[in-house]
This record gives sequence, structure tokens and C-alpha cells, in this order.
Amino acid sequence: MSPKLAAAIATAIGLAAAAAHAQDAMDDMASDEMEKCYGVAMAGQNDCAAGPGTTCAGTATMDYQGNAWKLVPAGTCTGIETPAGHNGALEPIEM
Amino acid sequence: MPLPLASGLGFKPQHFPAIRDGRPDLGFFEIHAENYMGAGGAPHAMLRAIRQDYALSIHGVGLSIGGPALDETHLARVRTLCDRYEPDSFSEHLAWSSHGAEYLNDLLPLPYTRHTLDRVCDHVDRVQEALGRRLLLENPATYVIFAQSEMPEAEFLTRIAARTGCGLLLDINNVFVSCTNHRTDPLAYLDAFPLDRVGEIHLGGHDEEDLPSGPLLIDSHGRAVAEPVWALYAALLDRSGPQPTLIEWDNDVPDWPALAAEAARAEAMIADRRHHAAAE
Amino acid sequence: MLQPSDITPDVRAALAGGPVPGFITARHPAEAERRFAVYRNNIAHSLREALARRFPVIRRLVGAGFFGAMAAEFIARHPPRSPVLQEWGGDFPHFLGLFAPVATLPYLGDVARIEWARGQAYHAADARPLPPERLDGSEPLRLHPSLQLLLLNHPAASIWQANQPGRDGRLRATGAETALIWRRPDFEVRVASLAPLEAGFIAALMGGRTLETATLLTDPVPMLTLLLRDGLICGAEDE
Repeated sequence: MSPKLAAAIATAIGLAAAAAHAQDAMDDMASDEMEKCYGVAMAGQNDCAAGPGTTCAGTATMDYQGNAWKLVPAGTCTGIETPAGHNGALEPIEM
Repeated sequence: MPLPLASGLGFKPQHFPAIRDGRPDLGFFEIHAENYMGAGGAPHAMLRAIRQDYALSIHGVGLSIGGPALDETHLARVRTLCDRYEPDSFSEHLAWSSHGAEYLNDLLPLPYTRHTLDRVCDHVDRVQEALGRRLLLENPATYVIFAQSEMPEAEFLTRIAARTGCGLLLDINNVFVSCTNHRTDPLAYLDAFPLDRVGEIHLGGHDEEDLPSGPLLIDSHGRAVAEPVWALYAALLDRSGPQPTLIEWDNDVPDWPALAAEAARAEAMIADRRHHAAAE
Repeated sequence: MLQPSDITPDVRAALAGGPVPGFITARHPAEAERRFAVYRNNIAHSLREALARRFPVIRRLVGAGFFGAMAAEFIARHPPRSPVLQEWGGDFPHFLGLFAPVATLPYLGDVARIEWARGQAYHAADARPLPPERLDGSEPLRLHPSLQLLLLNHPAASIWQANQPGRDGRLRATGAETALIWRRPDFEVRVASLAPLEAGFIAALMGGRTLETATLLTDPVPMLTLLLRDGLICGAEDE
């Protein structure tokens, strides 16, 4: 092992130990409190309960089948429309 | 070892901190087998911790015992899980949920005929052989009936238990839901049920809709146990004596104290019968 | 009346929207259709909810109503093939790339790949971290099974982050991103957008290159610190 790599490993070990209990600036994608809820969601997908009622989801399935699509997305994506033919890049949004 | 004659709760990961920190006095926890079939991570870490302190019931939802064919791949997964956690009970449903390779994610009903009886018995035999343990088979909540059915559900389950040696999981809410839906008497259902085969009781909440002929109850597990179901449970305990009893709450799951209160209500009723049994 | 000995094909067809078979009945037979709808509803509702739990950011991006309708299309074309629902949904990113009504949102597939990878990381096998003093620069490293590197054509990691609960969904980002997904020892699943050289460094290690080789690409300290801090360099399997 080169001395340079050995030094880099030693540095990383030191930094990792120091960061073990601290928030590291590098992974700034840290999710917040709700992460635990999403984690909970990932934990339990199967159960033996029935859904609510006799109609809502069953009929909705039928209404949207085939070529009956007239819906448009209506979530936060409306704030980040991608211009066609722009290689998928997003328009900058003024914060 | 069978489940203790006490009340239990379905384990939900959001309650793990409350359980870990509070060590609540509870007879057992129950999990859905299919939620613990990943390789590792948080689900298994939590389940290991729960298993150390509590009796465990593993409740399968995907074996499709009432279907045309058993999924041996899935049965092997169940066996791996049971080998890993050595639960005090393993239970499944009298229902089907797979069609060929497709999984339908609901507990679908089957007609009660001599033909389906043979098939279900074969499947129960196979499951018990593969797992090396006795299975508890649960009565379903149903919304329709089959023209070709040849016997009542309680008789069908009685025959399965007699032929295979399996135990039964008696879901009192399902009895109430099905009997209300089919306009039959839930007490008569209990009278016809082989109570000496029962290894566990389920209680859960249901929803209600209106049909022209009257109410249609739906087994939603999304609210507290209804008062008529508690009354039917009391009638069951009068007939059977104390039973391991699970509160199921799978949708709109409340916080830990609300869930624990439901279990405490069942526990008080069980304890009452224990004292009666001791006094006699 | 002669009835089929196996009712499942007819019931399956009815669940998919076909006519309710004549052998499905009720005390008041006129109600059979409405009662059978409970089963249709259970399947549609439970699978839609399962998909929403697995892809919460996609749901937020397109809105709950649109997501529910789109989920019904996905369920019809890609139903679960296993009773283990956590294994279901891997086709959703590809589906989003082909689904005409979302053609104006070409980044959805990449965002869905992140969400799928997070679920994979959540359930990935456990592995013990290698004691740091045993780190050897001349041997390929065994990285944690949860670790995944996603090459994304869109700034999907930034979009994912901007759509976490509490965020307003707005962002300033363009172009391709590379996302690193991993599980920490406390089981939290993390997502980070890597700089190109950092991504190259991780890709080299994942491809079996040694630290000595990967270090030729870039300064190893930032990525190595992350890998060590979160226990992502693991000991041999039999340890």
C-alpha cells in the first residue's frame, strides 16, 4: 500500500469516527422525521384486512381503464415541468 | 409450546419504541409472515428483539391454502421464517389468493364441497409436513355464498380439523361479519364450531355498509372492536374457557396506548374466566 | 346445475371486471354483484396503497388522484407474482417511462428507481462492518449489500429530496445525477447525489477494484469516510 493511500485511509478512519455521532455535510440528502414513517411503510406491505367499502377502488379501476384517460398530474410536478426536447433538464425555479 | 391464555397484539413497527422502552405486560405478539421475508434490516432486528421478550404467533396471509395448488416456493419461505423464529403458533386462512403465478392480495372465498374439502385437507397436510408443526386454520369473513356449497362453514372446518389434525383459529369478528352478512345466527355458528380445536382467537374492527336487504359488514381491521363482537367473544369464553386472544388493527393503526387498551379489555375478560376456572 | 370444480378461473375473470359467475350468490341473489364488489375493491385498494407506500414521492409528484388511476393501470399490466408484496413494484420505473399520460414528466422513472432502490436497501441482508484497522488497499472490498449506485438521466435525487415531507417540491437543478443509496447501521436508508469523480470512485469499488486502483481516480477521503462511518465496508461472509 502506498504511503499516500495509507495516509488517506488513516484520515478517513479518523473522520468517520468523528462523524459517527454528528451530521455529515456530505450526505445532504438526509431525510427528516418522516423518514421513520416511510421506513414503517416499507416494513409492512402485507396484511389480512379488507379495504374500505364496496365501491370506491373497484369502480375507479374500471373508469380509468382503456383509453379513457383524461386526467392530468396534479402534484408538485407541476412546479418542475420539463421543457420538451431539452434532454430532460429542468427549468431552474426561483426559490 | 402453545400461545399463553392471555391477550396479544399485532406488532406494528411504529410501536417498536413504545414496546422496547415500556416492556408492556402482554401475552404475545403476532406478525404477518410475508412482511418478514426480506433478507435483513430493520424488520428482522425488531422481530428478534420482540421474540426475546414475548411469545410469538406467525400469521401467514399468502399460502392460498384454499386454492387449486400450493405454492411450494412460498411454503419454503414460510418454513425458513418459522425455523428462524420458532414461533409458538403458525396460522393461515381458509381462503385463496393466488391464480397461477398471479397474487391477488385478498383472502378470497371458496365453496364448501367434498371436492374442496379434499383439496384443502391435502394442502393442510402438506403445510404441516413441511413446517413440522401443527397449523391453525382461520375461518374467513365472507360477503358472498357459493351455489355449489354442500355444507356449512363450521362443518367444513370441523372435518378439516378431524382429518388433518390441524388446530383452528377462531376469528370472532369474522363470525359476526359473515353471519350478519348471510343473515344467520352467530351463536349457532359457535355451537357448531369444534371449540376443542381452537388454539387462538382473533378480534378486530369492521366497517358497515347498507344493502337493500340490510347491513353488509366488511372486515376492515381499521377501528376498535365493535360492542356486539365483544358480546359474542364473551359468549365464546363462556363456552370455551380462556383462550389466547389477538386484537387485530391493521388500517388507521392508533398509537400504542389505544391499542394496549383494547388488549387490556380482552385480558380482563380472559382473567375473569381464569378465576372462574380456578374456583371450580 | 353443474358447477366448475375449480372456481378460481371464473372468479379471477370477474375480479378483473368480467361478469360475476352465476354460482356466486347471496341470501338475496340480486345483491351478489354488489357483495362481490367487496373483493374487487379489496384487491384494487390494497395494491394501490402498497404501491403508494413504496413510491410516496411519485404519488406526491403526480397527486393522489392521478396516482391512484395510474396505479390501476400498472396493477392490470404488472400484477404481483409473489405473495411477498415488498418484492412487487420493480417494473414501476420502466412502466412510468412508457406510460403516455406522463410523457411530459420524463424524470418520473428515475425518481421511481430511487424509491425502489430505497426499499431494496431497507430489506437488504445484514453484514458486519470490517474493523477499520483491517482495511487493506490492495484487496477488493466487500461492500454492504444495501449499497446501490444509480446513474440517472435527470436530477432525480434532487427531485426526490425536494419532495420529502416538509419540503415544498421546488428545486433548482438540471441535468444528470448519480445517486448513492445505502442503509446506515441504525437502519435509516439514505440517498446522496454524488459528484462525478466520487461516483466513479464508488463504481470502481463496487466493480471489484481495489482502493489502490480507485484512488487513481480521485481523492479517496470523502467517500471512504462515508463508507467507514456507516459501516459499508464489510468483513468476509463467514465472519
